[in-house]
Amino acid sequence: MITKRIIPCLDVKDGRVVKGVNFLGLADVSSPVKLAKFYSDNGADELVFYDITASAEGRALFTDILCEAASTIFIPLTVGGGINTVDDFDRVLKCGADKVSVNSGAIRNPDLINAAAQKYGDQCVVLSVDAKRVDGTYHVFAKGGREDTGMDAIEWIKRGQSMGAGEIVLNSIDTDGVKGGFDLEMLGAVCEIATVPVIASGGAGNMEHFTELFKTLPKVDAGLAASIFHFGEVDIHDLKKTLDSNGIIVRL
Amino acid sequence: MVAIVDYGVGNLFSLRSSFSIIGENVFVTGDPDVIRSADRIILPGVGAFGDAAKKLSDSGLADVLKELAKEGKPILGICLGMQLLFDKSYEYGEHEGLGLVKGNVRPIADKVTADYKIPHIGWNALKFTDKKSPLFKYIKEGDCVYFVHSYYGADCEESLTATAEYGFDVTAAVENGNVYGTQFHPEKSGEVGMKILKAFCEL
Repeated sequence: MITKRIIPCLDVKDGRVVKGVNFLGLADVSSPVKLAKFYSDNGADELVFYDITASAEGRALFTDILCEAASTIFIPLTVGGGINTVDDFDRVLKCGADKVSVNSGAIRNPDLINAAAQKYGDQCVVLSVDAKRVDGTYHVFAKGGREDTGMDAIEWIKRGQSMGAGEIVLNSIDTDGVKGGFDLEMLGAVCEIATVPVIASGGAGNMEHFTELFKTLPKVDAGLAASIFHFGEVDIHDLKKTLDSNGIIVRL
Repeated sequence: MVAIVDYGVGNLFSLRSSFSIIGENVFVTGDPDVIRSADRIILPGVGAFGDAAKKLSDSGLADVLKELAKEGKPILGICLGMQLLFDKSYEYGEHEGLGLVKGNVRPIADKVTADYKIPHIGWNALKFTDKKSPLFKYIKEGDCVYFVHSYYGADCEESLTATAEYGFDVTAAVENGNVYGTQFHPEKSGEVGMKILKAFCEL
């Protein structure tokens, strides 16, 4: 049986991990490479590097870091942030990324999904969607959740899948940062129409939230989180043992 | 020395790094002479079968691989590289493979209900067959490895060494004498994957 995946997400700016990280025994807590190795050794099934740099220098630092991480750890790596063209795919894939996630770039130019899927395969293209409730429906937000596009999230995800997105990351802006649990309602609506793997993001505050996620929505394939892992509030090994004891199949 | 065959498909960065990590001398090359001089050969691949098969035969590397397989050199095909070892693929039409392992490549979608998402993507547990593979000498049944694929090796019972459950027993690894194949990516399968590559380097 395929296992449920646990995925830590690292925000990287100018080659360093931002959003404080607090690990005992880890000297350089803002080194993406060291943090990635730590997670890989501690049971993470996959890693997401999210590049929040705006400058060209920062972007070059990011690809250096990516190369270093990819030559040190041997689990799947997804890269997101600032992916606007097929050349951007090329740039990060050459540095050892396995999958590339698109968000605002695909909203501006939906053909990017198509073009990248044709060149690198569906499995390489992850459609990341920031969604929020607006007047009883789910709207897609762009620019890191700051701008309402007015697009219906469910319709956008259907379109993305048909254009070749091989995975969906659904980040609920409504639950993000609240630590009150994943947005089961929104995720449930997406699972109804998803034909490719769905990764849940936004809202995890403790281990029980992951158990609840996979128990309530067996169609969700993976859970993604950042700060609860970075601050050591949830240890991935412990989390996977807890999931296993609740009958959820994980890689131990 | 390990030669990773570069025929213009796929991303070979992680594969090359993983051999460096286990201390193996590794070359990524499309040069037939370098490939001939290697002790072991890796045939990688991602993407579409037809395109990859054409590139292999147009470059003349298909013939080099067949010649080296006959000489008894250990060859490991990974993911699409495993699929290329078979006789034929039915991915978007019908394409000839290298014919080094008896079998065909067919869509997973033909075997499973709509409950099973395609691609088959993620970590899945290995089930060994009675044909004991030397590649698995450092790992145990139930260990998880990383899969990403939409087509699978079919009609290959006699060479099957491991499967993974995904609505049916999906071909995970095959073996025909000195020719080996894994559908999963050892270079993305953490420590378990490294142990498989290490075992390959000891053949």
